Amino acid sequence: MNESLHLWLIPLLPFAGFLLNGILGSRMPRRLVTAVGVLLPLASFALVLNAFALTSITAAKSCPSCGPVSAVLLPDVEALAHPWLDLGTLRVDFSFVLDQLSLVMLLVVTGVGFVIHVYSVGYMKGDPGYARYFSFLNLFLFFMTVLVLAGNILLMFVGWEGVGLASYLLIGFWFQKPSAAEAGKKAFIVNRIGDLGFLIGIFLLLGAFGTLSFFPMRVSLAMSPASHGGMLTVICLCLLIGATGKSAQLPLYIWLPDAMEGPTPVSALIHAATMVTAGVYMIARTHFLFDRSDFALATVAIVGAATAIFAATIGLVQNDIKRVLAYSTISQLGYMFLACGVAAYSAAIFHLVTHAFFKALLFLAAGSVIHALGGEQDLRKMGGLRTKLPVTFWTMTVGVLAIAGIFPFAGFFSKDAILCAAFLQGAGGKSLWFVGLVTALLTALYMFRLWYLAFLGEPRTPDAHPHESPLSMRAPLVILALLSICGGWIGIQRFSAYLGPATAANRAMPTATGQLELMLSVAAVCVALLGWLIADWFYRRQPNRPAKLAAALPAGYKLLANKYYVDEIYGAIIVKPLLVTSQYILGWVVDTGILGGIAWLLAGIASLTGMILQRWQSGNLRSYAAWLAAGAAAVLLFLLVPWAQVWPASFDFLWKVVRH
Amino acid sequence: MHLILFFLFAGLCLAGAINLLLQSHPINSALSLIVVMTSLAVLYLLLGAEFLAIAQIIVYAGAVMVLFTFVVMLLNAGREERTLGSRAAARIGFPAVAALLAVLATIILRAHGLSAAHLGVGLTDAPDSSNLVVLSQVLFHELLLPFEVTSVLILIAILGAVALARRDDPERTVEK
Amino acid sequence: MTFLHHDVPLAWYLLLSAALFSLGVIGFLVKRNLITVFLSIELMLNAVNLSFVAFAYQWHQVRGQIFVFFVMMVAAAEAAVGLAIIIAIFRVRSTLAVDRIDLMKL
Repeated sequence: MNESLHLWLIPLLPFAGFLLNGILGSRMPRRLVTAVGVLLPLASFALVLNAFALTSITAAKSCPSCGPVSAVLLPDVEALAHPWLDLGTLRVDFSFVLDQLSLVMLLVVTGVGFVIHVYSVGYMKGDPGYARYFSFLNLFLFFMTVLVLAGNILLMFVGWEGVGLASYLLIGFWFQKPSAAEAGKKAFIVNRIGDLGFLIGIFLLLGAFGTLSFFPMRVSLAMSPASHGGMLTVICLCLLIGATGKSAQLPLYIWLPDAMEGPTPVSALIHAATMVTAGVYMIARTHFLFDRSDFALATVAIVGAATAIFAATIGLVQNDIKRVLAYSTISQLGYMFLACGVAAYSAAIFHLVTHAFFKALLFLAAGSVIHALGGEQDLRKMGGLRTKLPVTFWTMTVGVLAIAGIFPFAGFFSKDAILCAAFLQGAGGKSLWFVGLVTALLTALYMFRLWYLAFLGEPRTPDAHPHESPLSMRAPLVILALLSICGGWIGIQRFSAYLGPATAANRAMPTATGQLELMLSVAAVCVALLGWLIADWFYRRQPNRPAKLAAALPAGYKLLANKYYVDEIYGAIIVKPLLVTSQYILGWVVDTGILGGIAWLLAGIASLTGMILQRWQSGNLRSYAAWLAAGAAAVLLFLLVPWAQVWPASFDFLWKVVRH
Repeated sequence: MHLILFFLFAGLCLAGAINLLLQSHPINSALSLIVVMTSLAVLYLLLGAEFLAIAQIIVYAGAVMVLFTFVVMLLNAGREERTLGSRAAARIGFPAVAALLAVLATIILRAHGLSAAHLGVGLTDAPDSSNLVVLSQVLFHELLLPFEVTSVLILIAILGAVALARRDDPERTVEK
Repeated sequence: MTFLHHDVPLAWYLLLSAALFSLGVIGFLVKRNLITVFLSIELMLNAVNLSFVAFAYQWHQVRGQIFVFFVMMVAAAEAAVGLAIIIAIFRVRSTLAVDRIDLMKL
């Protein structure tokens, strides 16, 4: 146990915030609630920075002639002395693991988390559920840090479920609105379906390795180099199902657009930067399993690419600003899965980090717009906000440029790394690369569409009086904008070098020549600029064009606008039959009919028996005496007659009677 | 000689018992029962239980049956009436009793060692001890405790009888 | 005084006892007067007493007679209390017919 790292405090501080604000929050003054809700995550972030510093300094001082260093070596595994489960052959500990991967993830989670907490102070001001909001947000932070730090897959599953719970609580935060309550339920239930796959994966892992901790698993797998495919593929596919549920990939993405019912900072934190990336993190954590199964990797890549382009097409025609960003999130997550699928785990994490920056920025800026317009979220009613909300405008512009992947913003570096890695993976890789490229075009297109509709042009609701957001909301925007600008400058090379020990793939990775890389980068940037041009033409120069195009292709437009009717299809195939089964078959037939019938029958028998037996208790002394005598005679008969001799004798007698 | 005595007084017992059933007035039944009891006393004498024979006359026929007679006369119970009642008693009871009697009779007659013509000798061979001496020796040495408990029982019975049969006297209620 | 052998088989005493007992049961079941029912109970007790004394004679045990002694005592106590109850019932119900005393029915 390394005392200087205080790993245990990282989740526990937000948990304390959850308890304090949750139990006492309604009785505390606003300022105190804010202080508890914001400062505890800040303390967590400070601890993560401390851990980062301590572990980085090691690298500089790793000379044998140096004196004893107080810094810490990675990976650092800490566990409670008392095990969690000690059942014969299975032993599971409460163990935290700090390695490069979890450190990077923690930096993102606590850092961006803290920034969003600050933003929430301004956004949720005046809301009656203020304390409840912060307690739930802190609860989320607790579970997310547990998920990241978990040293075994069972503890990770605890965090996994916990963030699902926090997500449900926060999506349905304004629970008086029926649509918000429904959305919360939908998110939790769809997540649960994915979690079933995760659980089965855990069981299979236990069966295959006998342990649930990551490092022992990795070591055990490394020592048996002959095991490929087969059971490992099944395990990976099960884990993938869990990841698709949590990270909103096909076919379990349907909850994320509806989750926009929650407050915008929640959408930024949970459904853009951190929770939805848990699936990617999990795959990176268990990459040593995926590396051995080509089939699983291919599935991951195809799922990622298909989701990316699928979501991008839907995002093109959405009119709600948050929906556009939601589909954009799904699409970008598809990129991360694509990266995992070509075993470029570092690239996936790199994109995870940059995506956290600019997606959170985009959501917070959108929140600023919504806040300024008094709750308006429809893009068709916005416009001309450039002059009215300058800070929001410029930070949003940075975010849009970043997500479009334009040099030198953050998104360019990470997206480029993914596309390059995909391209190098043979023929299949090239088609994946192409899909990614088209998605990049669409991404730029719909993001600039959003930009034009919201900020440029003439205001489409002239009687709104938008005002710039308070400092607590502007400051996070600026911070995230700065990160979106320089976040990518570390470069994929140095990034994957840092992450190497944690995420290096156990397979041969093709490398590219500098020339090929340059060409691919140029192609990506060109495609992004092309998207910008198209958006410019459609939404600035000829604003009537989109409507005319929609009129020209009504079927296509309707298909996209209704999200390919996926929700309706699921409803008809899955939801409706379940409802009918439970209501009619299980409800009427089984519950009322069979079970109720059995209960009614039993009661009837008891009552009938009672009615019959009641006649015996007549109060008549003589009949009582008579039955007494009969009973006594029966007992005596039973005791005194030698039945063993009588029975056969009587049978013989009867037999003789019958025969004659 | 004993045979004749036995038949005589056994017949008297049975006659008394059947008469008890046939009479309709309870006082007649009570008197029949006295006849049965005295006959039984003679049979006890035949079986060498002198003390019990005398106790039967004194206690049973002399005290208990007198008590019965007093109560009959006190309550002025008349002849039995024909009431509706339950037929179940007759329908179930008679067959039951018949079965009981049949079983007992069969067992008694079939069991070995019971139908020996000769019974054992008297209870004691010592020349100068009697039935009373033997009985009292056992009663007051080994079974002293049950004997004393029985006397407590009789005390309780007296108290109970007095409490149950007492008439609630209105003059005895406390006025305050 | 010593005793003589006699030639009445034990079985006959027992048969007599059984017959008396059965008559007592029949009386208990058939009679409609409460006091007569009680008398039948006494008859049953006496029948059993006879049985005990007979066996005591057969097996040289004086304890059989002691048991009869106790039975007599208990029967006396029981008769006293039972008759007191009958008096109490008569005071309330003014009848001694067994079928009329059915307050204990459900």
